[in-house]
Amino acid sequence: MAMVKRLLIRKGAYFDSVFLMQVARQIAAEPGVRDASAIMGTEANRRLLEHVGYDSHELAAAGPNDLVIAIEGEEAAISTVLEDPNRWLHRRATGGDDHACFDLEEALARRADASLVVISVPGEYAAAEARNALARNLNVFLFSSNVSVEDELALKRDARAKGLIVMGPDCGTALIGGAGMGFANAVRRGPIGVVGATGTGMQEFTCLVHRGGSGISHGIGTGSRDLSDEIGGLSTLTALDAMEADDRTKVIVLLSKPPGTATMRRIVERLQGCAKPIVACLLGSEPKSITLGAAGIRTASTVDQAASLALEAVGMTQPAFLRADASEMRARAAGEAAKMAPAQRCMRGLFAGGTFCYQSQSIMRDGGMIVYSNSPLEGMRQLVDPAQSREHSLIDMGAETFVAGRPHPMIDATLRRERILREAADPEVGLLLLDFVLGAISSADPAGDLLGAISAAKEQARRHGGSLCVVASVCGTEEDEQRLDEQIKRLVSAEVLVFASNTQAALFSRELALQMRSR
Amino acid sequence: MAKRFEELLKDTPVFINIGVGEFAESLRKQGFVAVDVWWSPPAGGDREMADLLDKIL
Amino acid sequence: MTSIKESIEAANAECVRRLMAADPVLVDVAPAGEVVPGMKDRTVFHSGPPIDWRRMSGAQKGAVIGMLIFEGWAKDWDDGVRQIEAGRISLEPNHHHDSVGPMAGTITSNMWVWVVENRAFGNRAYCRQVEPAQQFGDYGPEALGALVKWRDVWGPALRAAIRNLGDLPLKQIIIKALQMGDEVHNRAIAASSLFANAVAPGLVKSGIPQDQLLDTLGYVGNHPLLFLGLSMASGKSAADPARGVEFSTVVTAMARNGTEFGIQVSGLPGEWFTAPAPPVKGLFLPGFHQADAGLDMGDSAIAETVGWGGFVLGGAPGILSLVGGTPEEALAYSREMRRICVTQSQDYLMPALGFEGTAVGIDIRKVVQTNIVPVIDTAIAHKQPGHSIIGAGIVRPPLECFTKALKRFGEKYAIR
Repeated sequence: MAMVKRLLIRKGAYFDSVFLMQVARQIAAEPGVRDASAIMGTEANRRLLEHVGYDSHELAAAGPNDLVIAIEGEEAAISTVLEDPNRWLHRRATGGDDHACFDLEEALARRADASLVVISVPGEYAAAEARNALARNLNVFLFSSNVSVEDELALKRDARAKGLIVMGPDCGTALIGGAGMGFANAVRRGPIGVVGATGTGMQEFTCLVHRGGSGISHGIGTGSRDLSDEIGGLSTLTALDAMEADDRTKVIVLLSKPPGTATMRRIVERLQGCAKPIVACLLGSEPKSITLGAAGIRTASTVDQAASLALEAVGMTQPAFLRADASEMRARAAGEAAKMAPAQRCMRGLFAGGTFCYQSQSIMRDGGMIVYSNSPLEGMRQLVDPAQSREHSLIDMGAETFVAGRPHPMIDATLRRERILREAADPEVGLLLLDFVLGAISSADPAGDLLGAISAAKEQARRHGGSLCVVASVCGTEEDEQRLDEQIKRLVSAEVLVFASNTQAALFSRELALQMRSR
Repeated sequence: MAKRFEELLKDTPVFINIGVGEFAESLRKQGFVAVDVWWSPPAGGDREMADLLDKIL
Repeated sequence: MTSIKESIEAANAECVRRLMAADPVLVDVAPAGEVVPGMKDRTVFHSGPPIDWRRMSGAQKGAVIGMLIFEGWAKDWDDGVRQIEAGRISLEPNHHHDSVGPMAGTITSNMWVWVVENRAFGNRAYCRQVEPAQQFGDYGPEALGALVKWRDVWGPALRAAIRNLGDLPLKQIIIKALQMGDEVHNRAIAASSLFANAVAPGLVKSGIPQDQLLDTLGYVGNHPLLFLGLSMASGKSAADPARGVEFSTVVTAMARNGTEFGIQVSGLPGEWFTAPAPPVKGLFLPGFHQADAGLDMGDSAIAETVGWGGFVLGGAPGILSLVGGTPEEALAYSREMRRICVTQSQDYLMPALGFEGTAVGIDIRKVVQTNIVPVIDTAIAHKQPGHSIIGAGIVRPPLECFTKALKRFGEKYAIR
């Protein structure tokens, strides 16, 4: 297309010369425009334009108080611009005082009513930021990990002395006053309060409660190390105090891995003194529900069990989706095993949620199985190379070894995608166990992220005369942006066996894994 | 205003976010107030400078 | 016993006290050979930290050759280069001689300079003529013609005018101009007009010949950047007494020669901390583009050193257009500068930002802590000699200058 040069002269229009240079640059960026100048018609400026090829006779019509717009480009593009040059000459004002602050001081000057500081800076700097926040009498949600035990203890002692809480370190999720912090799901408010030392465990619990028709008053994260004997449950105790005092909360659920021995005693004592019904879920503990003490402490060993007990405690019936039918699972597993090639005898679990890996291992252990893992439960085997599975392996893809310098697998599926294909290339693999986590901060389409790899993996097994069974659970609600129902539908279309929870997906996988070995 | 944690649970929280911007965005999307603090490592992560500055700033 | 922190805080307080007490007054206009300390024959002073001919940027080389021709020491480019390479010409930084110059900043004996006295301390500083050609590296006859007129017509006229007036205080002009949208670095039109008004009676009453009077009135009345020379000399006169305060981490000079960016720090007198000069991201006059641009150049960053120029972007909408131009940006820049400075001026205010005072006293500790470096707005020269001004833009000093200075501070004051 031919390049032409055109001039527009606007008499008596004064604009600042630098402003005009900005205008020229913006016009030059329009499609079809090669170059543009916007200048006042002084002699020197007119000479500059003549020098680059504009017509001197045309230019002579412009004086020092006149605006000259000179454009080189396609005829049509130039016409479009010159139709309404005001689009560039007259700026609209934008308002807003929502720029980021430099530090906590400035933020507090902006909102003196701030009540909670969310901290996600690198671990080595996180303690200092948390200290600052506590010094200003603010509660802390500490998402950062790699905070030392010493720092954590000092922070929590300080917090407890002031009646404040440190949720964390390494706290992925919390629900406070209806606000979901970190990786949180859209769940309704309700009478069930949960105190959790586990991120995805809390996510799954809150989603199951929501799906069961009830709601969450608050979900208080305590960080994964809170119930160790070194920390002594300081945040958990503060959380329990607050839940007890909270009118909205009718049932208090404690969700954790087993505490340290001394801390366990302290917590049980505290729970026994509690006026409200308690459900204590210690993941990986003995699989039976017992009632402790007059105040009605019920114990659970899976998230599903905790959800069922909590719903019961607020007078709701156990929803159908939380009922696991063992004989149905057995029959279904038999069907899947029958399709497999004789070489296929191994299960591989690839988890974005660390708690899901943990809980799955616990369920396998209950069935008398030994599995390998990069984060093995007591009694399970340590994988020498986390990138290399063997036998039955359940992998926490969110562990440090995978996550250092990368986004978390709940956000970025690259590593899981690659791992699925690697596992599928192993002719011994017959079962793939996956988790999908919806909610804030997580990937916009967790199912979609892995569908391609899942299909390819299944196709590979088919080509070798077998069948790869892919089992999954989706942690979320229909209110999450990713839409639980949509995610499940797409997985089912890809022939993934979707279960209502990680607990049930793991129970089914256990059944199938046992059958794979016994045939 | 600084609140004891119990009081925090009774009211609508007001957030200050230090670190990853998505956390504040997510809170704002839910309709809560979240003030962003643009955080960067002291001395841009230069350990030697950070140590020196610790003594003189 | 005072801790090191306390010593530094006290030193910085003293340093900015001196900066803010400055009272610049124009007392003379004179040939550099007459008034600038250390000005000699076959000597060219230049902008920025020390640099040798080999490493000089194209534009600064052009400007140097221009001065050799102007002084009659060389016939043309080749002759000039020959003399320099034979070691017959001395090249020294303006800053080592109480002087500053815009862009290439070249000053020789017959270059007339503004003489500004800081009445608060009695020291003087000098700045040369500001024009759009020779200081950008243009050594052609038209460019040099402007220097000749300054030497023969305008300079002497202004000298006579100042003699008649006695002196001409500058602080009030700067204060007013900052409230009229100037930042007295790249936007000095209001200040230049106020100055022209103030000097006009002196010019008339000086008794100089009418044609010289009319020519000079026309010159001062129509030069939008005339005042830059005065603001630079004022800045230099304000900053010099702030040098040498023991323990102070405040910057007393920022200067560039088109090859290197250099800073000086009050508690480390006599030392330069340099790093490669950055490119200037900017907007260009017709026919020129980023690929033509030379690196950052000029002593004019003395304006930012004392809290004008880029530090007043918040109040200077014209220059703010260099970076887009929204009110949010204005606020953001002024917030950034406050963050790295000791205090805010009581005198130099920005109406557009609610009359808040400009940030004063760049503290190298805060710069390194936050990694926020001062913002400077500046004109752009061509990378080759022989051109006039080609554009304007925003530039920031390299952080390296400040980390080098801080490291040296730690060594000198034995901080372990």
